[in-house]
Amino acid sequence: MSQSANVIEMKDIVKTFGEVVASNHVNFEVKKGEIHALLGENGAGKSTIMSMLSGIYRADSGDIYINGKLSRIRSPKESMELGIGMVHQNFRLVDTLTAVENIILGEKSNKWRGSSWMKKKIEEIEELADKYGLTFPTKVPIWQLSVGEQQRVEIVKTLYRGAEIIIFDEPTSVLTPGEVEQLFLTMQELKRNGKTMIITTHKLKEVMTIADQISVMRKGTMIAQMSKEEATIQSLANLMVGQNMADEGFSIKVIEKGKPILDVQNLVVRTKLRINAIDRINFSVHEYEIVGVAGVAGNGQKELAEVLTGLMQLYSGQIVFNNEKLTAPSVQQLIDKGIAHIPENRMKSGLAGSLGIIDNLMMKTYRSNARAKFGLMKKKENMEWAANLIKKFDVRTPDMVSPVAQLSGGNQQKLLFAREIDINPKLMIAVHPTQGLDVGAAKAVHEMLVQLRDSGSGVLLISEDLEEVMQLSDKILVLYNGKINGVIDRGQANREVIGQLMAGLNYKEGAFYEPEIVV
Amino acid sequence: MSQKSSFEPLPVELKQDNKKLGNVPFRLEYDAHKKGGSWWVPIISIIVALMICAVFILFNGMNPITVYGKMLAGAFGSSFGISETIVKAIPLLLCGLGVAIAYKIAIWNIGAEGQFILGAIGATAVTIFLPNLPGALYIPVMMVVGFAAGAIWGLCTAIPRTYFQVNELISSLMLNYIALLLLDYLVYGPWRDPQGFNFPGTQEFTPYQLLASLGGTRLHFGLIFALAAVILFAFFLAKTRWGYELRLLGANPVAAKNAGINITKHILIVMMISGGLAGFAGAIEVSGVAGRLMYGISPGYGYTAIIVAWLAKLNPWGMIITSVFIGSLIVGGYSVQTIGLPSSFSNMLQGAILFCLIGGEMLSKFKLKKVD
Repeated sequence: MSQSANVIEMKDIVKTFGEVVASNHVNFEVKKGEIHALLGENGAGKSTIMSMLSGIYRADSGDIYINGKLSRIRSPKESMELGIGMVHQNFRLVDTLTAVENIILGEKSNKWRGSSWMKKKIEEIEELADKYGLTFPTKVPIWQLSVGEQQRVEIVKTLYRGAEIIIFDEPTSVLTPGEVEQLFLTMQELKRNGKTMIITTHKLKEVMTIADQISVMRKGTMIAQMSKEEATIQSLANLMVGQNMADEGFSIKVIEKGKPILDVQNLVVRTKLRINAIDRINFSVHEYEIVGVAGVAGNGQKELAEVLTGLMQLYSGQIVFNNEKLTAPSVQQLIDKGIAHIPENRMKSGLAGSLGIIDNLMMKTYRSNARAKFGLMKKKENMEWAANLIKKFDVRTPDMVSPVAQLSGGNQQKLLFAREIDINPKLMIAVHPTQGLDVGAAKAVHEMLVQLRDSGSGVLLISEDLEEVMQLSDKILVLYNGKINGVIDRGQANREVIGQLMAGLNYKEGAFYEPEIVV
Repeated sequence: MSQKSSFEPLPVELKQDNKKLGNVPFRLEYDAHKKGGSWWVPIISIIVALMICAVFILFNGMNPITVYGKMLAGAFGSSFGISETIVKAIPLLLCGLGVAIAYKIAIWNIGAEGQFILGAIGATAVTIFLPNLPGALYIPVMMVVGFAAGAIWGLCTAIPRTYFQVNELISSLMLNYIALLLLDYLVYGPWRDPQGFNFPGTQEFTPYQLLASLGGTRLHFGLIFALAAVILFAFFLAKTRWGYELRLLGANPVAAKNAGINITKHILIVMMISGGLAGFAGAIEVSGVAGRLMYGISPGYGYTAIIVAWLAKLNPWGMIITSVFIGSLIVGGYSVQTIGLPSSFSNMLQGAILFCLIGGEMLSKFKLKKVD
């Protein structure tokens, strides 16, 4: 055991989910009274580490020391007993109960819970909340509270249960800028009272604002720990996205782009929480062009893809597709107009895992007369058509009827591409098309995208894999906070520049400057 | 459908547990995509259920083999038994088809009972409010009105489900009680036969309002309707564009939405058909078996149909077999009364079968894997 000042010490933690190593021999230390930021992209393994501290997962191997004592955290309850509280990204609150009822939920007490008892509890909780400047209505149901207020309830809940260490999982992702500011003031207040805090995030600016100590994770590995004084936004951005990997020798010839196929003007997309997920962006995609969209997850990529495929409607601005203004189009209309879509998670939203090859291939074209006549599916023709498609796209499958969930990830993705390319798309929207694929399958996907471009389609490639975006794109848009934070042409792209644009740094006249920081 | 149902089951972390089973070099692995159980799961469930219930028979001091033999003889041992069994199978089959189509798109309609009753009420309303219809028109009009009444009852579940995310399990169940009480009100109140010696039922139907019987037995024309419904069901689901949409919707609603399928519209249509089929069964029951609307017109056909549908794994052809099987349990249940077991024994057996079936479906998704 090392210094006693470490309230949390995780040693050599390994956790695997099936084949995926979510946490690869991770060491993680947190000192008492500090605000420790755990930084990393989505899927870097931050949440896994935090879930082990809060008793949701158990490590396959490795030790956790809390306050210098070897501890086995087997359940959220045990974690709570050790003084660890977690403020989840998606709040764990009962919508129909009041804040106070939520906070005392699960508390063991034999006492008669009359109105005087309740009154005492309300006073007790209000006092606790006041101490840290956390205000929220205590007597109305949770669903009537704003997101910021709900988060404050979560914080008070952990404090009420005696938390000395509070974990904030992506706390700012749901908040408005004003609420973020307030949260940071609260965190500083908690720090003054001797609480230790861990905040997981991928927002560098926030890390530099609030954290004392910073740990960076990438792909399940802890790659750096440093104090804020040692860190700069640039260095953190580079650590987070990683260095250039060896080039896989994939070459792409530059071709002349054609006429514009998609033109987006002043587009605003609002989420249900009335946050502008896409905030006044302008860009266009041409024929014979691949436009890459880079950015850390959660900066508007999902909403951009959804609005362009009809799954979400725009709030303001306009989308012009093929010289035609689109107003509130349905998914089907966009398919008919020639927009293909490779969704983010192929098994979740692209394919029907329990159905066979033919049913999955028909998803976009089953309405056409080639597939059905008088409402009757043409069984024989469809079978031949599907057989041709899987041959053309080299999908390896035992037969045409066994569930596609049994295919390998690469073959599933080829199947998805076969379906989408078969509609002869004018525009292809590919979201994380190589996620979870091995090198060979990823290469096949890249080749399909380039072929599509060379045959005259426009491609909008939304990806977190910078390598992929840089290799394939003729033009790269960097999304940050729903805005386009930079446009880079092929050839001028390098990892460092993109990484810093992704981190929210502005780039003007050849130099980066830091935008002013809140608080 | 855009929002997830508030009744989503809690996430179970089954895949995480890669622990060895003691010192055995195997581990259990849960595979959600594994094609859940094949034809043998229903068969094994029935056998296990028979064995569980055998224990209760033994507690009653009887020999299970004698009791099961008695049931079998009661249901299939005579031409009367067989025709009774099939008479019971007809409403079960129609209601089973009804719930099955909803289950195909993961809408958990358990309101077939109420939809059945509404169908019976609708068909009877025709006889009461249109007393001067030309004779030959009665049966078609009664069937159509019965179907429509069930369909409207189905919509009462579907509309809140699609527009306000009201859980359909609860609303369809609650509507059953409303339907049941509506029936009681009618047969004890305004529709009671004044010459009926206080019997809670309407006036008996005229011959034109009765379904033709088949070959002089209690078997009636409803059998033909039910079999026709099976053929149509199988045809629409397997061969048509609409059937494809339902298949897709059932397999992955998110992907279906990405493919531009209007989920709301489909839920409304499917629930109308689902309720309609149960209503159709109700209309057939009043005009083919009871000959009037009366108290307790359904001995729980709408609930039992859920077992019929799941035993057949929602396959329409399989439901022909399972409806006859469950029908035989009901009829066989009557005959065990003669040797001193309560007839509710048959209900217990049905419950045990459903219980084992659901458990078996779940267990069949586990794989035994060798630990490397």
